[in-house]
Amino acid sequence: MDATMLPEVTAAGVIIKAVLILAVIAAIAGFGTYIERKILAFMQRRLGPQHVGPFGLLQLAADGIKLFTKEDIIPQHANKFIFAIAPVITAATAFIALAAVPVFPGFTVPFTDIYVPSIASDINVGILFVLGMMAAGLYGPLLAGMAQSNKWGIIGSARTAIQFLSYEVVTGLSILAPIMLVGSLSFVDFNTYQTDGVWLVVYQPVAFILFLIAGFAETNRTPFDLLEHEAEIISGYVTEYSGMRWGLFFIGEYANMITIGVIASVVFLGGYNDFWFIPGWIMIIAKIAFSFFFMLWVRASWPHIRPDQLMWLCWKVLMPLAVINILITGLVIMI
Amino acid sequence: MYEFIAFYVFAISTTILFLITVMSKNVLYAMTALAAGMVMISGLFFLLGAEFLGVVQLIVYVGAVMALYAFAMMFFDATKNIKEKHQNPTLVFLLGGLMALLFVLMFSAPIIGDNIQAIYPMIEGVGNAQAVGMVLFTKYLVPFEVAALMLLVAMIAGIILAGKKMDYSLTESESADEEMNIKKGDA
Repeated sequence: MDATMLPEVTAAGVIIKAVLILAVIAAIAGFGTYIERKILAFMQRRLGPQHVGPFGLLQLAADGIKLFTKEDIIPQHANKFIFAIAPVITAATAFIALAAVPVFPGFTVPFTDIYVPSIASDINVGILFVLGMMAAGLYGPLLAGMAQSNKWGIIGSARTAIQFLSYEVVTGLSILAPIMLVGSLSFVDFNTYQTDGVWLVVYQPVAFILFLIAGFAETNRTPFDLLEHEAEIISGYVTEYSGMRWGLFFIGEYANMITIGVIASVVFLGGYNDFWFIPGWIMIIAKIAFSFFFMLWVRASWPHIRPDQLMWLCWKVLMPLAVINILITGLVIMI
Repeated sequence: MYEFIAFYVFAISTTILFLITVMSKNVLYAMTALAAGMVMISGLFFLLGAEFLGVVQLIVYVGAVMALYAFAMMFFDATKNIKEKHQNPTLVFLLGGLMALLFVLMFSAPIIGDNIQAIYPMIEGVGNAQAVGMVLFTKYLVPFEVAALMLLVAMIAGIILAGKKMDYSLTESESADEEMNIKKGDA
């Protein structure tokens, strides 16, 4: 991964990369549902899916057939146009965010000269772009809830707004401290900063924990899945959705989980540097897989929390902690 | 060539989306179009090479500001059209048109006079965010700090306005129930 050795990035390479990200991440997002059920089942001493195929592996195909063949219902009094584009917003913003993160290492396509880069679009402000795009992802649940003329949907989208306003401050402030240390907003610089083997989580443990908590809220994972909490508000913003439209929300959520995993691995956990004798690309996949597993682990371990508890946590506990962390980091850098 | 096409795509879609925001009678359409227009504007920033500003546009306007608007929209029925009262549509149209014309003249005057010079030209090899930071913390330090102070004042005022009776829980306290006229037996 030497910056001077990299071949020129062509338009064809970027297009191949974009198709690869779409295909691989969408497939992983589908497969993620199987893994999630199996791991949750294992932790709760159940068996999980096991009837379709060996160990239930073909459950994924069965789910796909079910989603594609379900009747696509649009409620009578819903705003049909907004109702139709809301799931697309969720999925699209999740994948656009993936354009600026290093997902797998760069390689050259066999028998041709086309070089496929590690990052589809290596902009200088990569981290901010990813966070901004994930912030734009809030419009998916928000518009979905408001367009469907359903009370549970409205409550779901109101919760989207308060959840967003709560975690967004914490995400930004928590990631600011590592940015100050590295002095750059590019993922590549974060990676090179950690080449000597000391991960940033050693210098910034508080920021790492804050970012993880905010990341859980950002991907609507369980301690903070207020938007579609079945026991309270039916399904929140997805109440009226069926079939593939619902599936798009799901794919977007899983793609966001992977994005958070990539950010956590590259910013805090050493990125795609070689570790001892293990090559870098295995390391980054292992780290992303672990953070994915960690999200499922937390889901199996913790109950939901109430919206007011989330706001209390974000504004009164996490935000002051993040500000103090930034102050201390700044003082240490100055001295 | 690509930049040319991209500019016109962004410019035309921004104009159309903001027109929808102004013209539409539906709250939901107006809000969606406003947010989408903000995204298109950040596309223009990216096209000019101002990545940092483009991303800030995304985070601040698309994210924070529009989320606040959206929160206010929860109090309306978003699926119904709003009946608007137009007192004097001709006057509004005239004033709006004059304002637009004035802005076009103001911004095109230096271009016609060929008199644009960057007071702080971009330094080679310095990133976007760093360049903004340098100018902010040297030339524009005082306005920057004053803006920060004003935001602090606004924040404290907001907290005081919203923070009445924040020290007891509405769900648990008995007196809050009486205040809201809820009897325990009714529910």
